Amino acid sequence: MSDEYILEMRNIVKEFPGVKALNDVNFKVRRGEIHCLVGENGAGKSTLMKVLSGVWKYGTYTGDIVFDGEVQQFKSIADSEAKGIAIIYQELALFPELSVYENIFMGHEIMKGKQIDWNETIVQSKEYLKKVRLDVNPAWPVKRLNTGKQQLVEIAKALSKNCRLLIFDEPTSSLNEDDSENLLNIMRELRDQGITCIMISHKLREVTAIADTITVLRDGSTICSLDAKTDDISEANIIKNMVGRTIDDIYPKRLEKNVGNVMFEVRNLSAEDRATGRQILKDVSFNVRAGEIVGLQGLMGAGRTECALAVFGNPYKYKITSGDVWLDGEPVKFKNPRQAIKKGLAYVSEDRKGNGLVLIQDVKYNTTIANLEELVNGVSIDENKEIGVANKYKKEINVKTPTVAQKVGNLSGGNQQKVQIAKWLFSHPKVLILDEPTRGIDVGAKFEIYSIMNDLVKKGMSIIMISSELPEVLGMSDRLYVMSEGKITGQLDIEDATEEKVMKMAINA
Amino acid sequence: MGTVDSLLTPAEEKKKQGVGNSKTMAAFKELITLIKTNASSYMMYFALVVIMLVFQIWTKGVFFTAQNITNLVNQAAYVAILAIGMTIILILKHIDLSCGYVAGLSGAVAAILMEKAGVNVWLSMLIVLLMALAIGLYQGLLVTKLGIPAFITTLAGMFIFRGLLSRALAKTGTIIVTNETFKGMCQGFIPDLPFNHSRIHLVTMILAVIAVLAFIWFQCRSRAHKKKYDFPVASTSIFVAGLFAVSAVILAAAWMLAINKGVPISAVIVGVILAGYAFMLSKTKLGRHIYGIGGNDQAAELSGVDVKKVTLFAFCSMSVLAAVAGFLYTSRLSSATPTAGLAFEMDAIASSYIGGTAVSGGVGKVTNAIIGTFVIMSLTNGMNLMTIDISYQYIVKGIIFIIAVAFDVKSRKK
Repeated sequence: MSDEYILEMRNIVKEFPGVKALNDVNFKVRRGEIHCLVGENGAGKSTLMKVLSGVWKYGTYTGDIVFDGEVQQFKSIADSEAKGIAIIYQELALFPELSVYENIFMGHEIMKGKQIDWNETIVQSKEYLKKVRLDVNPAWPVKRLNTGKQQLVEIAKALSKNCRLLIFDEPTSSLNEDDSENLLNIMRELRDQGITCIMISHKLREVTAIADTITVLRDGSTICSLDAKTDDISEANIIKNMVGRTIDDIYPKRLEKNVGNVMFEVRNLSAEDRATGRQILKDVSFNVRAGEIVGLQGLMGAGRTECALAVFGNPYKYKITSGDVWLDGEPVKFKNPRQAIKKGLAYVSEDRKGNGLVLIQDVKYNTTIANLEELVNGVSIDENKEIGVANKYKKEINVKTPTVAQKVGNLSGGNQQKVQIAKWLFSHPKVLILDEPTRGIDVGAKFEIYSIMNDLVKKGMSIIMISSELPEVLGMSDRLYVMSEGKITGQLDIEDATEEKVMKMAINA
Repeated sequence: MGTVDSLLTPAEEKKKQGVGNSKTMAAFKELITLIKTNASSYMMYFALVVIMLVFQIWTKGVFFTAQNITNLVNQAAYVAILAIGMTIILILKHIDLSCGYVAGLSGAVAAILMEKAGVNVWLSMLIVLLMALAIGLYQGLLVTKLGIPAFITTLAGMFIFRGLLSRALAKTGTIIVTNETFKGMCQGFIPDLPFNHSRIHLVTMILAVIAVLAFIWFQCRSRAHKKKYDFPVASTSIFVAGLFAVSAVILAAAWMLAINKGVPISAVIVGVILAGYAFMLSKTKLGRHIYGIGGNDQAAELSGVDVKKVTLFAFCSMSVLAAVAGFLYTSRLSSATPTAGLAFEMDAIASSYIGGTAVSGGVGKVTNAIIGTFVIMSLTNGMNLMTIDISYQYIVKGIIFIIAVAFDVKSRKK
């Protein structure tokens, strides 16, 4: 029973007011394997891991957690960590101003008597950095490292706590291709060293490449556990289990393309960062036509988001040294997002929680906030109209929420993203900029968002899609631009685009 | 138990009793859940009731006399005005430490204009309001254009205006205010119907009845509205009980005032300003923008909200309201003193937080801030009646403040 499995979670039931997040879940992980946990948003993956790691402590759920053959009753995260379970979240938990070695040993510092032994700390941190193949000076502040490297620091931190079961929650969602590949290799090496890994991920290509076992959750229940050696772990089969139906194509087809004139054009846009003087954008030029989806690809830090923000009213006040922008034939210069919105430009932010939504407000608030003028009746806001609008978009985009009075912070990631999109649709834009529209979203919701995009361009809207997911850009765009280090390094029509070509342009400095 | 004339058999009678019991049980259970889930918003009402009852007992019935309640209203008026302005500031995650001395300075300048320069009372107040507006613009621009944190800007303001207040009254010392209109603001009562010769103030009762009817109408409309869209509503029994309770309180309070001298003018002033701000916050674009900025200012900016303009408005509004508060305070004392304004901002901030404004920003209601005001001022009023030394008053106020905020923080943690 127990020696083969390092972890068994039996008959776990976890309820929240009004919602059964986990409904008799059974989850078994073999010693020394890489076990992937997949499922749509809201399926219960994060909740299950929170029960395991002690965030939802013993007593708030029913069922048993059996780790190393013993039933565990974790009262806190510290309890689970003491047993050797560590979890690395999507939003990393590092202190940006502190050094790498301080972060690695935060909370379990190496002591010499009553004082911290910094020399030993630095020496040991170098060991752990070696284990994750991270070649950086441990004295560097963490904020100097990119997201990919920061994640490796998190892993080093987990290893320094002698963890035997390492849980990754959406580890590659913020990483570029290179860092993602590196991370998966690290995971393989950890497995070879005897550390068991659980990975929650939406990236099925990575899941099929790395998993020894794949467990699929749907609506709080375990659907199946697939063994990589014996079962069908094709993406199609996984998706079928995740959504309970087959998805013919991941990217919905557009039967007719109705591309019109140039709707939005940017020429020779250059910008600097005011504080450091660093060139953010170098002579960027691109355009998008009515009824067209234009992809904007590139690695993290290439400047795509900065480019979008610079034309969307420059809210972070870059020093724009040159550039002309045309919207629907007329030259425009937006001094703030409000002016941009008025003229028909919309920007769906890549960080929906950080600057895309007001999480403590409800769905109808967030849906209407960018275009309150349309709801105003004299001086006051017509609340009936507001609810009507919110319900209309809720239905059209299929936002899963009991009512539009639900706080947006309580919705799942995919539904939050839909609310963000609803907000911008309600502003009736001519040009819609989507920045990483499907990041951290499950397959089912992704398809819905792609379908919405197709609907919009069919009606004549122009869409600029910024995305780090190459397959997505290739699957949805009519044309694509590639950016690297602030410059446009290439432009391709979709018929000519291949992954290799795009990658080459993205790395080109 | 079933009577002889009952048409039901004893068994059916027993069942009916059982059903009745379970209905009350269900209502009781719902009340408990309602209290638990809305604890933070109902906490202050509960606290207010408890405090008032406690003082009623300790002062042997003096607290709930018409005279004392009238005094309480007049004492609390200036704090209420400040709390309204402060709530907006706090929702935006800023603070205004200067509002106390702006109030004091406003009272002093008004007194100087009226008593020493002979300026008409209305013109005097207008001039002072404009002065306060200028102060608000100055502080608001420092915060929005220069990016100096509100804490520092208004802390500096606190020093500056305190100094200006001292300067203003340096030659004259305390100025006695003689203008009847001005004094009436915080000492007078609204006039009764001219033909009423009974000892009961009719206008007061009429106003109370109108208030109760309006309250019931608004509540029913809001409930019907929610039901139409399938939003959750309280069960009928709880809803009716709530309406009953609030109406009873309003009528009882009005009766008490009516058998004294009627509604104090200060209550009307506070009421009008409260209504205006409550409407603005809940029903207008500006209100939405305020909550948006407080909830996530970056998201608000990207959604087209003019963060700078709204913030500037908040500081201007605070300073102008501080001037009004200064008028009320000066009016009640019939004099402008050099110490007016000391620690006013403390009462305003505490009132707002006790009234449920969130420490994390983005949440707060001016109506609840008034309840918070009454919590604090009832403490002051009650302890004065019991001639408890003022030092104890400070200690108790501080403790109540911490308890209220701790409760709020904890209930938001889930």
